Amino acid sequence: MTTRRAHPARCRAVGLPAALAALLVVCVLSLAIGALPLAPSAVWHGLADPASGAYAVVHQTRLPRTLLGLLAGTALGLAGAVMQALTRNPLADPGLLGVNAGASAAVVTATALLGISSLSGYIWFALGGAALVSVLIYAIGGGASSTPARLALAGTAVNAALYSYVAALELLDTGALDKMRFWTVGSIAAAEPGTVLRITPFILLGTVLALGCAKPLNTLALGDEAATALGAKPALTRGVAIAAIVLLCGSATAACGPIVFVGLMVPQVAARITGPDLRWLLPYSAILAPVLLLGADIVGRVVARPSELEVGIITAVIGGPVFLLTVVGRERA
Amino acid sequence: MSAPANRLATRNLTLGYDHRQVVRDLEVEIPDRSFTVIIGANGCGKSTLLRALARVLRPTSGTVLLDGKEIGAHPSRHVARTVGLLPQSPITPDGITVAELVGRGRFPHQGALRRETPQDRAVVERCLAETALTDLGQRPVSSLSGGQRQRAWIATALAQDTELLLLDEPTTYLDLMHQIEVLDLCARLHAAGRTVVAVLHDLNQAARYASHLIVLREGEVIAEGAPDAVITAELVGRAFGLRARIIPDPETGRPLVIPLPSQVTAK
Repeated sequence: MTTRRAHPARCRAVGLPAALAALLVVCVLSLAIGALPLAPSAVWHGLADPASGAYAVVHQTRLPRTLLGLLAGTALGLAGAVMQALTRNPLADPGLLGVNAGASAAVVTATALLGISSLSGYIWFALGGAALVSVLIYAIGGGASSTPARLALAGTAVNAALYSYVAALELLDTGALDKMRFWTVGSIAAAEPGTVLRITPFILLGTVLALGCAKPLNTLALGDEAATALGAKPALTRGVAIAAIVLLCGSATAACGPIVFVGLMVPQVAARITGPDLRWLLPYSAILAPVLLLGADIVGRVVARPSELEVGIITAVIGGPVFLLTVVGRERA
Repeated sequence: MSAPANRLATRNLTLGYDHRQVVRDLEVEIPDRSFTVIIGANGCGKSTLLRALARVLRPTSGTVLLDGKEIGAHPSRHVARTVGLLPQSPITPDGITVAELVGRGRFPHQGALRRETPQDRAVVERCLAETALTDLGQRPVSSLSGGQRQRAWIATALAQDTELLLLDEPTTYLDLMHQIEVLDLCARLHAAGRTVVAVLHDLNQAARYASHLIVLREGEVIAEGAPDAVITAELVGRAFGLRARIIPDPETGRPLVIPLPSQVTAK
């Protein structure tokens, strides 16, 4: 028996290797492009050969930067896709539910008031802040009986309050926060090998939890009644999904600062290829988000030579119009 | 407490939302292999009862029994393989195709990591065929007519492959032609050996399609049994506050309810 294959199914199967190839290309470019441009062969030597002149620049700065972009991009893309599924709101973003803002506020508090200035110190604050806000939003948003609109509104309100708090602390305490200046706009430029090692376990755990949620989230998308009748456990699934979001957003924000719009844009593009099936949408988002993040970072390195623009600024510049187009597109549809 | 003779039954079932009691001390059994229709005026608790039977609503007190055991005490996957539900207003994900939607009904038969098996695909094909949607499998659900969309949702519940199928107001919001289409489908599913339980608004449709009626008023069962025995002018008056004359349906011989104007006395 030959089943007529779904159009999306064909795209999905072909698209995955293509997306992986794009990721590989962007990683190589990210290693090659910078103040000291390297040919691809030099990149290879720089990676593998300690005697090479490029070894230091590749290993000390570009490799950590690229790996951080990879990790943070995956984290934000996955978190965005999980959020959009959880809230049934295609405009959801790690920013929308206030999770990034919670992590930022906690990091800024730790830096300004407690004098904690190392990632290994404030990553716990970032995770705590992200978790606190997630629980708060879940409670304000109505818990198990929350509606997408109510959740989104709760997130927007908490977001506004927390970013005012961050801005107030920055104005009051310029000294301690000065070295955080790049962090607050979102940057992967200052990545060190330690940064990458520090956040890898959190992002790995968050990724496993997020991908594990794909199937139950697929049933939750049909409404809580249908999900329960299908044998899923909506409250448990929401809990695990929120834990994944906290781990992914908290650690990405701790390492890079709040990077906006990546979690919004990537799942939307991915959904055009995969359709709404999260078993495909989540892996696609995890692969395409670092392509966007590293791509934006590379653009930031070359547009303002000899200086650099932070990746958070570039994603905001691209993301703003995409966000508006999405809203307009949905109004028309 | 006597052991129920049927797979699905309730004992002293009290249901409500927050502090509002909707159903009180209800004892009903769903006869196995019946097409049971629950009817009653708006707010009488018929959908609430169905939701409890589907384990979607937790009882305030009392129990829903599945195979003689409290439904909540069964593993949720076992319940999902035994009782299927078409909710009153399910959510259609953006861009989902008919076949994909129906495939999500296979959830209780799949492991956490296992992908779809050939058996899953075969069941989906069969459910599409049963609901006459085979040719529309690759179409987005959003592009279907109301009746087709409802059939797609019924196919999703069918893909659960359960012996009992509960449908919460499956004909509401459909025009008459699509209502009949959906009810005919339910009748076919019943004839194929399933126990079908539906909440319906239309008395005459209930009388025509049901093999067993449960009539609710203000959260209590006021009549149950075969439509011929249950539907009387007196009952319609008690259940709906409606004066009516009952005649045999010229097409089926089942009872047909003719509502009378509220001001005029029946002859």
